[in-house]
Amino acid sequence: MRYLPLTPEDRTEMLARVGVGSVDDLFVGVPRDKALRKLPDLPLSKSEMEVERALGRMAGKNVAAGAVPFFVGCGAYKHHVPASVDHLIQRSEFLTSYTPYQPEIAQGTLQYLFEFQTQVAMLTAMDVANASMYDGSTAAAEAVLMAHRVTRRKKALLSGNLHPHYAATIETVSRLAGDEVVMPAPHGAAEDLTDKIDNTVSCVVVQNPDVFGQVRDLRPLAEKVHAAGALLIVVFTEVVSLGLVTPPGEMGADIVVGEGQSIGNALNFGGPYVGLFATKQKYVRQMPGRLAGETVDAEGRRGFVLTLSTREQHIRREKATSNICTNSGLCTLAFTIHMTLLGEAGLRKLAQVNHANAVALADALSGVKGVSVLNETFFNEFTIRVPGDANDVIEKLAKKGVLGGVSGPRLWPGNADMRDLIIVASTEVNTDEDRAAYVAALKEVL
Amino acid sequence: MLNRQGRPTEAGSAEGAAHETFTGNRALQVEEALIFEAGRPEVTGVDLYEPAKVKPRLGGLERKGPIGLPGLTEPETMRHYVRLSQKNYGIDTGLFPLGSCTMKHNPRTNEKMARLPGFGDVHPLQPLSTVPGAIELIAELGRWLRELTGMPAVAMTPKAGAHGEMCGMMTIKSALAARGEKRTKVIVPDSAHGTNPATAALLGYAVEGFPARADGTVDAEEVKRHLSEDVAAIMLTNPNTCGLFERDVVAIAKAVHDVGGYFYADGANFNAIVGKVRPGDLGVDAMHINLHKTFSTPHGGGGPGAGPVVLSEALAPFMPVPYVVADKDGVRFVEHVSQAEKGAQPFGRMCAFQGQMGMFTRAMSYMLAHGADGMRQASEDAVLSANYIRASLGDLMSLPFGDQPCMHEALFDDRWLEDTGVTTLDFAKAMIDEGYHPMTMYFPLVVHGAMLIEPTESESKASLDLFIAALRDLAMAAKKGDTARFTGAPYHAPRRRLDETRAARAPVLRWTPAAPQSEAAE
Repeated sequence: MRYLPLTPEDRTEMLARVGVGSVDDLFVGVPRDKALRKLPDLPLSKSEMEVERALGRMAGKNVAAGAVPFFVGCGAYKHHVPASVDHLIQRSEFLTSYTPYQPEIAQGTLQYLFEFQTQVAMLTAMDVANASMYDGSTAAAEAVLMAHRVTRRKKALLSGNLHPHYAATIETVSRLAGDEVVMPAPHGAAEDLTDKIDNTVSCVVVQNPDVFGQVRDLRPLAEKVHAAGALLIVVFTEVVSLGLVTPPGEMGADIVVGEGQSIGNALNFGGPYVGLFATKQKYVRQMPGRLAGETVDAEGRRGFVLTLSTREQHIRREKATSNICTNSGLCTLAFTIHMTLLGEAGLRKLAQVNHANAVALADALSGVKGVSVLNETFFNEFTIRVPGDANDVIEKLAKKGVLGGVSGPRLWPGNADMRDLIIVASTEVNTDEDRAAYVAALKEVL
Repeated sequence: MLNRQGRPTEAGSAEGAAHETFTGNRALQVEEALIFEAGRPEVTGVDLYEPAKVKPRLGGLERKGPIGLPGLTEPETMRHYVRLSQKNYGIDTGLFPLGSCTMKHNPRTNEKMARLPGFGDVHPLQPLSTVPGAIELIAELGRWLRELTGMPAVAMTPKAGAHGEMCGMMTIKSALAARGEKRTKVIVPDSAHGTNPATAALLGYAVEGFPARADGTVDAEEVKRHLSEDVAAIMLTNPNTCGLFERDVVAIAKAVHDVGGYFYADGANFNAIVGKVRPGDLGVDAMHINLHKTFSTPHGGGGPGAGPVVLSEALAPFMPVPYVVADKDGVRFVEHVSQAEKGAQPFGRMCAFQGQMGMFTRAMSYMLAHGADGMRQASEDAVLSANYIRASLGDLMSLPFGDQPCMHEALFDDRWLEDTGVTTLDFAKAMIDEGYHPMTMYFPLVVHGAMLIEPTESESKASLDLFIAALRDLAMAAKKGDTARFTGAPYHAPRRRLDETRAARAPVLRWTPAAPQSEAAE
């Protein structure tokens, strides 16, 4: 077996040193009647070529985003990632390293985490950010738990225009942790949460741009939330929007969480992604997750360590701020490398190109008979209404080789108000030809 | 001959000590500035076409004012991150005996497979008719995990071990609720990972700890003393964090079931027993599997992981969405609670999408490569190598639970360092100078000054022998009183020991621009 260096002779010698006759003598605690006598009922080992053939066959059954005109978003976005990013994250010293618990031989990881935290704080216009969460949705759930700790209240109010998978993730944790969640139905239009905010609410969770793609000024909401002594949690699923849209930190957010997949990371059918988490300095000790901090070594040279770990489970156990241990290390690295390549100028331009392409697509689709664009505002994603069942339209488009977005019924099955909606995303990867193909296919299927 | 003055080929004299360099660099160890010091906001390493001129649809919410993000060109970027990488220790650098973390070889085929466009470049919400191969992979990986654990169901979506624990404990809480019961207590042995009590507490349970017996394992009689009809579950790691198989496990499972509770197994150490014994045969109700430990998906400097949870018949109906149902009618994807089949009562959702697909692909690739035979061999080699280390160091370093076989990791305590002036931490730092990543230290908490060594199956005998020789040399030096070799260590790493107290006292968690001169003077 190509991955196992011990030879039969090595094993014999080692058993002799240990002083046992066979390796089974080492599995002493295993109850005799439970020990497996034969191999599991699974295939035997394969060569690298055979493995690649088997998995290649499965992969070949899927339609890759890059192979077709592609307009699917809603929490994950198809962007171009420079080749250097994937090359760098596969450096052995990054790929095969562990959580930097021995900082003297993990300065590479610790420095990029420190840089990552700074980039995320700058993007969101917040004071501090952590070293990442699993993804945007779990970051949102953690943000709600944190707001409960800060306010000592146990009720969260979610916007109906929050991504339904994010809402379900928050609702699940809250319910099972014994907390309350108030969640109005999705609107697809402007939403007023004011009458639901009172001094029992710990936080209001609102997405911007929201799941329908609408961009909102959150400042009036922030005022009401703060007047009730609650925290405003702002969620984003498209981090590129922060290159063009007023950041949550400038609109009164207390905690900002979001999905960082767009920068540096592939679509991966849903994961691994990278959850971004930022807050105000005064809440830092209530923040979940790992933090890299600056310090000096015994010779006075600058260096970095994991810090404030007294918040974390390996020290604090049942009193920890979160049970999180592993985070999204390598996805964090991909994010920070891509962001470094972009820089502020590159990010702003990328965001402008995304917006311009989405505007062009919205204009083109609204010219199709029977189709209307619902959004007054959007960044790179918007919602259209089609005649009939949106699921059917999406499937028919797929048969014509266009992946045209996410249908309302896919996200909100059984909700009649969402039945004829399609959420459409457009990024820098889309061309004039892609847009023309979408319009042509849509005309044919309607 | 063009050049009669040939290049000298002798090594020259080795006299003289190393001197300080002008740059602070030490040959291949290059000091590296932060991107905020090296980059500038107007620089970019990405060329992009000009956006079409459009009327903005942002509702007047354009971002104004500088963001401050520095940019670097591609060559500068490559150099920055390559230099940073050279300050890191990885499995590919050398033996990485981090107990409980399973730093085994990461096969590169797995990386290649995860990047196939049909896996890496598919969107979680594109029409299901366009992703049958992705659904098939999830179903197939689930089948392998069920077969290896002897459990009837698996929840695939949890994103890491701790997330899997949360999923498993949520399943248990939901199953109890479906029985109309609201139990308040979870019992956890003191040797458990910190994530266990943290998870139980998050779900509102009171955590009751208890000690192990003198041989390092949990006594079924001790468990019984903590059991009542108010106990929702026991959370037990097996093999445990002392590197021992819980020999009472069947009796413990029975005792917990007798009071109507569930047996949550922390599967962090499943890698020791793959193909040797199945948790399902031991009475386990739920167990997470760290794909990044047992099935070699890369640790990546702290993630991403993946933590699928196998479930017993009693817990299977409560599995969170989304999941794949594979039955005689084919494969079906259940994405919402409202779409669940008859009899199923999903407790909710753990995360936005289908879990860590990129890790599933890698784990599947590992499993296909190893096969049933290779996986069993891997477990055996991991256990043999740990025992080889135990047997080779046991005369110099102290074993807390006597001279008994261990599983995949060998646990030492610090009694042997008594009166040497050297601590476990010092010893670990001296290992760095010898070219090794230290073992897990000060964990498990039940052993004083713990040193938990897990060599994994990826080491050759020559590599193990050199490691043993190096540790023996260090141990003898410590006993001889050569304390400076330890207390000042590491001497040869990119950094000397770092001041963690200072970092925590006044945390600097981000870069901030230096104050302008005039302001600073005020």
